[in-house]
Amino acid sequence: MNLAAKDIRHNLGRFALTVFGIGMLLMIVMGMGGIYRGLVEDATLLVERIGADLWIVQRDTRGPFAEVSRVPKTLVYRVLAVPSVETAREFVFHTVQREHNGKPLRMSVLGLSWPLDKGEWLPLVAGRPLAQNHYEMVADKTLGLRLNERIKLGKETYTIVGITSGMASTAGDGMIFVTVWDSQAIQFDTPGEAMRLERAARDRRGRTEDIFLSQPILTEQLSRPTAELPAVASPELSAVVVRVAPGADPDAAAATIASWGDVSVFTKAGQEELLLKGMVDKSRRQLGMFRTLLTIIAAIIMALILYTLTLDKLHSIALLKLIGAPDRTILGLILQQAIVLGGVGYLIAYIVGQKLFPYFPRRVVLTNEDLLQLVVIVLGISVLSSFLGIWKAMRVEPNESLMG
Amino acid sequence: MNESLAIETRELTKIYGSGHTEVVAMRDASVGVRGGQVVALLGPSGAGKSTFLTAVGLINPPTSGQILIGGLPVLDGPIPLVNLRSFRRKHIGYVFQKSNLIPFLSARENVQVALELNGSSSRRARHRALELLEELGVAERAENGPSMLSAGEQQRVAIARALANQPSVILADEPTAALDSHRGRQVMELFRGVAHQHGAGVIVVTHDHRTLEVFDMIYEMEDGLIRQGSSNATTDRGQGTGGQSLDFSVKRVRGVFRWKPGATGPAT
Repeated sequence: MNLAAKDIRHNLGRFALTVFGIGMLLMIVMGMGGIYRGLVEDATLLVERIGADLWIVQRDTRGPFAEVSRVPKTLVYRVLAVPSVETAREFVFHTVQREHNGKPLRMSVLGLSWPLDKGEWLPLVAGRPLAQNHYEMVADKTLGLRLNERIKLGKETYTIVGITSGMASTAGDGMIFVTVWDSQAIQFDTPGEAMRLERAARDRRGRTEDIFLSQPILTEQLSRPTAELPAVASPELSAVVVRVAPGADPDAAAATIASWGDVSVFTKAGQEELLLKGMVDKSRRQLGMFRTLLTIIAAIIMALILYTLTLDKLHSIALLKLIGAPDRTILGLILQQAIVLGGVGYLIAYIVGQKLFPYFPRRVVLTNEDLLQLVVIVLGISVLSSFLGIWKAMRVEPNESLMG
Repeated sequence: MNESLAIETRELTKIYGSGHTEVVAMRDASVGVRGGQVVALLGPSGAGKSTFLTAVGLINPPTSGQILIGGLPVLDGPIPLVNLRSFRRKHIGYVFQKSNLIPFLSARENVQVALELNGSSSRRARHRALELLEELGVAERAENGPSMLSAGEQQRVAIARALANQPSVILADEPTAALDSHRGRQVMELFRGVAHQHGAGVIVVTHDHRTLEVFDMIYEMEDGLIRQGSSNATTDRGQGTGGQSLDFSVKRVRGVFRWKPGATGPAT
């Protein structure tokens, strides 16, 4: 006869409520782990998926994710000249926040190097990659944008042609993918009034500087948009991403490029390490601390619950001892209830978590390793937390069954 | 002492506390109960009856003295000579004033658990438990929890549990206190029946003078001293412990047996 099961059945309502409470607590522990995993995955997502062997960024910066990095567009052609480099692509990455349907919409914009990169590598769940070099956009589903929806950014209107899943920046913002040209238009968009003021300022300078007075054509040129001015450099890139030829040594190509004075080079692993150690580390440690604290709190609460459940049964335990039940029977009664409490609590945490986690603002990633680790921890704290109850039960004398 | 005695106690003394707080709860209690004999232990509250019963039940060891069950020494003072819990499981059945059933088990399971703890398979234990409940007239309530049973039914389930492993000793502490006189008499008759049927030695602590005629022997206890009554005048089934000089008598006064102090002091 399984005494633990009989006792649970007798107090099913109370036990179920207790298990549900423990389940909710464990769900938060599970969620914390999932948020941490999500953070790490988000941080390394682009680096993993973009398929670059080398990242070339502004000299002495850790960009483009860790800090601002600016490199000239011409760097792409220089890099392509390096032996063993197969492809070099422009990479533009920045974050914008706009109003959409009356709500703030925060997006990380990634520029795709059209026509080399149309976004075929993106994990699309609907629609298609970019098919033209302007006014099309692929958006992550977390942004809540619909296929074929039109969204105005800057002075242009973009059509959502594809929806991705799981593409978020390190900060957890959903990503949009446009061509590099469009991403720069979004980044450097200037309001009409600002442009008019700038043009007036140029015109005013033109009237006072000898060079403009002697060459009127220059005054005419100054009235054109900045991007079209031949003497003004085109907008810069965040980085250049490089893929080396199959069989070639990425380190050799990196060494060549690193010898140039204006850029720094990171391998894929180096960029990932930078992201994890630099940007995610504090969040990771904080989440780790929360998770540890929550686990300890769960253990304490479970210990108190099991102790209370044991106190409720002391008379029965004394009676069992009186009729000769060995210690292992009493121990089994408490230990089995502890394991059921932890085990069923874990299952509830998993099932409810599966339903709730998709609604969390940040991505929650549950890996098999983490789930397995949590099972072991839960079973461990179940056993540990039952010790207080077992200690109390072992101290009960059989003659206590005769009292009251 | 007769080696065939189911229960034999030799000069049991129980002292609680020490120094100024020392209380002698039981002094030199020597009792012998044969198998099949039902013995009553009477006495006012605080006389030491429960101390005696729990000592014999191997759950509250005496400070000094010896306890033998079925001729086997099991306690020498506070020192156990056998594994007490295992011994209790196999040889002693308990029935209390309050039925003391495990609340989360049904009537059948309360009996079955005692059998399973003693090594019976679940199937055999279930079968035997139902048999016992049938024997005690509560089979129709077998699947009800204790809270669904009347006091009398609970008591009968507790008796079934006490009998489950066919113990050589049954100890009952005021088993009829919660029952009306009819039920009380039924329970006492039940004890007598099972004692004779199973050959168990039964000691019943009771205040219920209405049921005294069913006992083979009556002991009285006062201030920690136990005094043996003669065998019941009505039933005449008793037998003394032997070897003791007992110089007092029990007389029936208006249906109640009372200990009448004799010329000598209490038995030691």
